Amino acid sequence: MTTHVQDFLAQARVVTRDLRHRGLIQTALRKYETARDRKKAAFGDWQSARQAAAETKWDAINHLDTYLAEFADKMEARGTKVHWAGNAADAREIILGIIKSKGARSIIKSKAMTAEEIHLNDAMEKAGYEVVESDLGEFIVQLRHEPPYHIVFPAMHLTRDDINELFQKELGSASTREPEELTMIARRALRKKYITADIGITGANFAIAETGMISITENEGNARLTAALPKTMITLVGIEKILPKLEDLALFLPMLATSGAGQTLTGYNTMYGGPRQPGECDGPEEYHVVLLDNRRTELLADPEQRDALHCIRCGACLNVCPIFKNVGGHTYGTTYSGPVGSVITPHLRGLQDWKHLSGSSSLCGACTEACPVKIDLHHHLLQNRRNAAVDEPSFFERLAYRLFAFVINRPGLYRFAKEAGRLTERLQKLIRNTPVDPARAWTATRDLPPMPEQSFKEWWEERR
Amino acid sequence: MTGREKILGRIREALTVPAPKPGAHGHEAPHTSFNGRPVHVARGWMPPGGDTFEEQVARFRAASVELKTDFRFVGSREEVFSELARIRDTEGWKSVATHRAELPSAAAASLGLPLIHTDEGYDVDALEACDVGVSGCDVLVAQTGTVVVTNSSAGGRALSVLPPHHVVVATRDQLVRDLTAAFAQVQERYGASYPSMISFITGPSRTGDIERILVLGAHGPKKLTVLCF
Repeated sequence: MTTHVQDFLAQARVVTRDLRHRGLIQTALRKYETARDRKKAAFGDWQSARQAAAETKWDAINHLDTYLAEFADKMEARGTKVHWAGNAADAREIILGIIKSKGARSIIKSKAMTAEEIHLNDAMEKAGYEVVESDLGEFIVQLRHEPPYHIVFPAMHLTRDDINELFQKELGSASTREPEELTMIARRALRKKYITADIGITGANFAIAETGMISITENEGNARLTAALPKTMITLVGIEKILPKLEDLALFLPMLATSGAGQTLTGYNTMYGGPRQPGECDGPEEYHVVLLDNRRTELLADPEQRDALHCIRCGACLNVCPIFKNVGGHTYGTTYSGPVGSVITPHLRGLQDWKHLSGSSSLCGACTEACPVKIDLHHHLLQNRRNAAVDEPSFFERLAYRLFAFVINRPGLYRFAKEAGRLTERLQKLIRNTPVDPARAWTATRDLPPMPEQSFKEWWEERR
Repeated sequence: MTGREKILGRIREALTVPAPKPGAHGHEAPHTSFNGRPVHVARGWMPPGGDTFEEQVARFRAASVELKTDFRFVGSREEVFSELARIRDTEGWKSVATHRAELPSAAAASLGLPLIHTDEGYDVDALEACDVGVSGCDVLVAQTGTVVVTNSSAGGRALSVLPPHHVVVATRDQLVRDLTAAFAQVQERYGASYPSMISFITGPSRTGDIERILVLGAHGPKKLTVLCF
């Protein structure tokens, strides 16, 4: 057993027994579901829109070389410096290099899952820079020294009381139970940071090839400020975020808003195509875009699961997943949690270390149904299980199946095994769920299905 | 080899094996994009924007109510100014920021308060201290209750997010049906020389990060007012 599995099991055991925690998550997700269903109903034809989104992303991903080159050329033509990062270390080095060359001290950041993926904050803090997360949820988890709980709702595991306590301790604010007051405390604390920050770092939801722009979706306006005030702006974006045309956003922005948070459209959807242009009165003097591969090309090389790169990180699959709802976001121990995280993490961080995530699934298919770009998520979980078994077959599993095949091909032996099974069942009852029970891994939490009174063959012979 | 060549090379190698086109579980589906289809077909799948001008105003109004945008559709330019004066009095504004475009600067000047024009160069602290930012816009989107602004139509990147109240002044011909129409207009207007920022603003700044409870004014404006004539 690797430590990742042990961590997962241990953490899952804690969270599934924490009824308060599960209640909090499930209340939040019920609110989300109600809002999402209402917004989905406003679509003329949600299923056709999904199909169009899937096809557009298919086009983008299956011609990624062309679109990515077009994106970079268009960006550079308007004064943006485009960097290509093969892996996490490259990306950190590029970004730290920019920060150093600017002689910067303080950095303001808007939400970016890619930055979580490459542990950018740690790297910047270790290098002695002050980094402040500006998205409210991210700001809260940063103060707690925790990773985000959910890719869209980073602080959904906390109550207002938890946040109040945190703000009193870390910011010295007055006690309050009002979400509005708490938000204003953060607003005041962060306003100063925007104005004094030397560098603004953002993520991106889409990268538009046709016009050479990135698009950022947010509700709070923190990314708008991050992109407006500091003198240098850096955007870290995964290479799979490409969309061919600007007007594709007319489809993707409403789908992201609806699937992501049950909104018609998110508060701010902003496209950036360069640094401050001649004749413009503000905006950064320098703009850097860092394109991140970090093993995305390995997932691309698997045609069976290539569509996992269609993901627009809306979080819809997390929100409907019975596993996510009960084990919670931190249990996964990954940057991307929930069904899509379970599918892609084995590709990004190693199949054998992360194959257990593909096992922690009920294969109910709710994720596939919820996905706005029609990623075949639950089948990919099965494919990961298969790939893991083919890669590193388990000795005991193979032995068990050989034995089974041997027995079932020999009628006399099969009859004997059946009778032996009945006897064993009676004996097993005496030791069920005790330390000497060999089936304890199963019987500790479930009933063992009883053997039927009669086999089919016996039943048939009786009636003939 | 540069980073660019290395990554593009890896992508080309990965793509030598084709992937099944999207549909149900790898079954073939005809491949056309949202754009590849006739616009009226693709539009029909999305939330509606309204066919007539009246329907579009009604859509924009309904969306504004839900978003808590203060939308006022009035008969004339003078009425826009008088609405603005009324809001100044109730909110007790003391300073205004705007930019050198005809309609917003005239509207802001009519308030008779100290003015900053962002496109003449501005001090960030002074802009932050203003009670309100008055800006123009490119289009209003009926489908979603969205205001589309750019650096050039709204006085830069900060004017529409830094002051606590953002007022947009617009004319009725700026109202378009849906996002598809909005992108088409933006592309037509700017051609290849896009402003460095295009922002689709849908309601005042908001967050639900604390117990999924809606709070307005997380970082950007707490209030968004759209005055259209």
